[in-house]
Amino acid sequence: MKKKIFALVMISVMTLGMFGGCSSEEETAEEEEIVEQTLTVSDPDYYTRFKGKDISINVYNWGEYISTGADEGTLDVNTEFEKLTGIKVNYTNFATNEELYAKLKGGGASYDIVIPSDYMISKMIKEKLIQKLDFDNIPNFSYIMDNFRNMEYDPENEYSVPYTWGTVGIIYDETVVDINEEDIDWDLLWNEEYADQILMFDNPRDAFAIAEILLGYSLNTENPDELAAAAEKLKKQKKVVQGYVMDEIFDKMGAGDALIAPYYAGDALTIMEENDSLNFVVPKSGTNLFVDAMCIPKSSKQKEAAEMYINFMCEPDIAYANIDYICYSTPHSAAFDMLDDEVKNDPISYPDEELIANRTTVFVNLSDEANKTMQDLWTEMKSADDETTNKWLVPVFLIACLATIIIVLIRRHIKSKKDIF
Amino acid sequence: MKQLKVLSVPYLVWMVIFILVPIIMVAFFAFTNEDGSFTIKHISDVGQYANIFVHSIWLALIATVICLVLAYPIAFIISRMEKHRQGTMMMIVMLPMWMNFLLRTYAWMTLLGNNGIINHLLGMVGLGPYKLINTSGAVVLGMVYNYLPFMILPLYSVMAKIDKSVIEASRDLGCNSVNVLFRVIVPLSLPGITSGITMVFVPAISTFIISRMLGGGSNLLIGDLIEMQFLGNSYNPHLGAAISLVLMVIILVIMTVMNQFSPDDQVLI
Amino acid sequence: MKKLGKIYMALVFLFLYVPIFVLIVFSFNETKSRSVFSGFTLDWYVRLFNNKIIITSLINTIIIAVIASIVSTILGTLAAIGINSMKKVPKAVVMNVTNMPIINPEIVTGVSLMLLFVFFAARMKLEFGFVTLLIAHITFDIPYVILNIMPKFKQMDPHLFEAAQDLGCSPFQAFKKVILPEIMPGVISGFLMAFTYSLDDFVISYFTSGSTSQTLPITIYSMTRRKISPEINALSTIIFVVVVIILIVKNIIETRQAKKNAGYKGA
Repeated sequence: MKKKIFALVMISVMTLGMFGGCSSEEETAEEEEIVEQTLTVSDPDYYTRFKGKDISINVYNWGEYISTGADEGTLDVNTEFEKLTGIKVNYTNFATNEELYAKLKGGGASYDIVIPSDYMISKMIKEKLIQKLDFDNIPNFSYIMDNFRNMEYDPENEYSVPYTWGTVGIIYDETVVDINEEDIDWDLLWNEEYADQILMFDNPRDAFAIAEILLGYSLNTENPDELAAAAEKLKKQKKVVQGYVMDEIFDKMGAGDALIAPYYAGDALTIMEENDSLNFVVPKSGTNLFVDAMCIPKSSKQKEAAEMYINFMCEPDIAYANIDYICYSTPHSAAFDMLDDEVKNDPISYPDEELIANRTTVFVNLSDEANKTMQDLWTEMKSADDETTNKWLVPVFLIACLATIIIVLIRRHIKSKKDIF
Repeated sequence: MKQLKVLSVPYLVWMVIFILVPIIMVAFFAFTNEDGSFTIKHISDVGQYANIFVHSIWLALIATVICLVLAYPIAFIISRMEKHRQGTMMMIVMLPMWMNFLLRTYAWMTLLGNNGIINHLLGMVGLGPYKLINTSGAVVLGMVYNYLPFMILPLYSVMAKIDKSVIEASRDLGCNSVNVLFRVIVPLSLPGITSGITMVFVPAISTFIISRMLGGGSNLLIGDLIEMQFLGNSYNPHLGAAISLVLMVIILVIMTVMNQFSPDDQVLI
Repeated sequence: MKKLGKIYMALVFLFLYVPIFVLIVFSFNETKSRSVFSGFTLDWYVRLFNNKIIITSLINTIIIAVIASIVSTILGTLAAIGINSMKKVPKAVVMNVTNMPIINPEIVTGVSLMLLFVFFAARMKLEFGFVTLLIAHITFDIPYVILNIMPKFKQMDPHLFEAAQDLGCSPFQAFKKVILPEIMPGVISGFLMAFTYSLDDFVISYFTSGSTSQTLPITIYSMTRRKISPEINALSTIIFVVVVIILIVKNIIETRQAKKNAGYKGA
């Protein structure tokens, strides 16, 4: 692949707009200078191979996980890709790794790009749901920082290209929660003082991790007793939880409908832009560090076009636009360099080495058995009754139905006999 | 007339492939393992979720009763109006049904939120805020709101057929208002009541949207449980199929019971 | 008593309409707040019309509803005629199966079709998307068409068809001139019902759609699961206005026809 660096300005929108930066520092009210994101790609010839061939790719991504050009002056990544390559992008969203897994495992739906997290990637590799990438088609992989290559979930780095990473922590309303930042721990999510103001993850893996940390277990535990204890812990939380949510968190926390919620650091920053009284903290007893990476499912019919999309996502300008919009931390060296110092030094996006080394754990894929146990416990936990409904209702109901049928049948029988006479 | 039977062949083929076979597949999935071997494990596993069934049936029952109580007077009042006004009134009743039910449920989400309008208005008077959303009450409210017109419509169409003279006759024969209601109008509107009950109860017991949007994920209903097994957080289509099968049986029982009350032997089972 | 009834009706109508009006009012709200009205704007409408995903899913929805309702009307009309001429037992069997998609909870129908499509997808080159959605929509539309047509046969003289043939009509002519006019009102109402059900369906589409061809209800659902934008309110407002206009037009046409008919009868 010829490596000529050829600059081409695809778009230059000259608009004055608010700066949508991702710093947790309190921003001054004054409007910042022009923000005009431009797109320069390294090798335009590479991208025009499929022009006019009427190809489309199906991209399945998390909600709120790409720059859509909604803020003035920012790039609409999918539209830019379509303009540059002539490939149509069908873009749809999922809310949890498990949902993504169900869609791929169920078969039928064909996707060309998916963005699962670490543990899900290794599970999908194991179950042969995703395929090896041809890195010759992804020259921009060179931008990915060394410490994000050959991760545990993909040891030879054959299947995935990291997209973002981050930590899980607690978003809370500083004005109400009267605890020092350093003292906050996961038990805040069980605090009855804030009953009905607490939101919780609506997916088993993240929710169990929190309970496991609190109980002092590894968040990759496969011990059924420990999983059961974690489920018990989560059950106890039910009475203080307002709702189990995923991306609904943006609205609920942004509008002050809830005061405390665990979520991903990047989204926390986005929400904090909307609501000044919020803060984000990594609880003292540790947390999960996640990496989300782009993969190509086995069922993809446009592998080369999909690889082109991955390469496009790794273009410095695009990677920067995405990171700037979604506020997650980037494994992309060029995009990182383009960030403001304020963001680069933000401990929420880029925590120091010490914190990462001592207080974070990366999920690994659990055994099928442990996964099954966790899922069963999760369903059981979610369906556990806080209000006591009468256990006799269903049997009584069914018996009543049966009795009515019999009575009616008897009545009919008598009637029909009468009719004869 | 016999030769016309041929015309139904395309549909019969369609019916077998897309109605019968899928139902059989649900049953097949419910009784097999991943490797295709026979098992009753999934069916017996459904027992674990008995409390969800109880919860769903309970909420759907409450919603159905509320719908019936709310709808009956409305249907009666409309059916006693002048003919041309009846049409307009029914149009007003049915109009919200033309909006997608996701939008209607979303509307309640904005009303019931902790910072929603209701709590906002109450706050102005110095009350609240109350926890309205993410409760069983909110789920029932959502069901009543979405399915109330389903109850009004059949009740109205039956009552509109009750001749005024029947009521007058019963009065002449010495019935008081209460007697007229319970001895004349209710028995005559029984078919409407039964079809109204099934039209509300069946969607209410199997919904997963209302419970997700208004129940906050902690008020699981049967529908949520099925959805979770196919597209949600705990992928297990065999268990999902087993739950669907049990749900189908429950509905079948209810329909049979309900049909015993409707005098005209309709095609419904 | 009368007054009490009126108050009661007003309350129920209020219950039915207040949520919708709140949606409409907040589609003009300047900020994203859903409880405080801070100023008038049409921004959300502009954004809505520029939202590619919503517009394409709207077009998808309409295409699917049109094709599905036409196909199901044709299949359903033929089926109804055929079923009507069946003997009692086969007729009852077919009608019971036909009723299944109506009686069954939508989620069960959706799940059963999904299982079928997955089975096909594994063996043939079937992909979840436009085709599966269309098949699913036709499947749940046909029963409504059939159920709308069947009662019309009860009002028809069963010997008319034979009589027409005896008088020299070919079977096709007899069908066109005798049967079709009799059942036409049923066909039309069946078509309209199928069309509206198709437009509105979420649950079955949710289980049978794939990576392409999302319908509008599915898009709305995924919108409510993310950061909510008042674009949803704007969309609701537009849908509401369109529905009101359609119903008013329908009402006007009906009253005119009723008057016309009355006029003929009078003359």
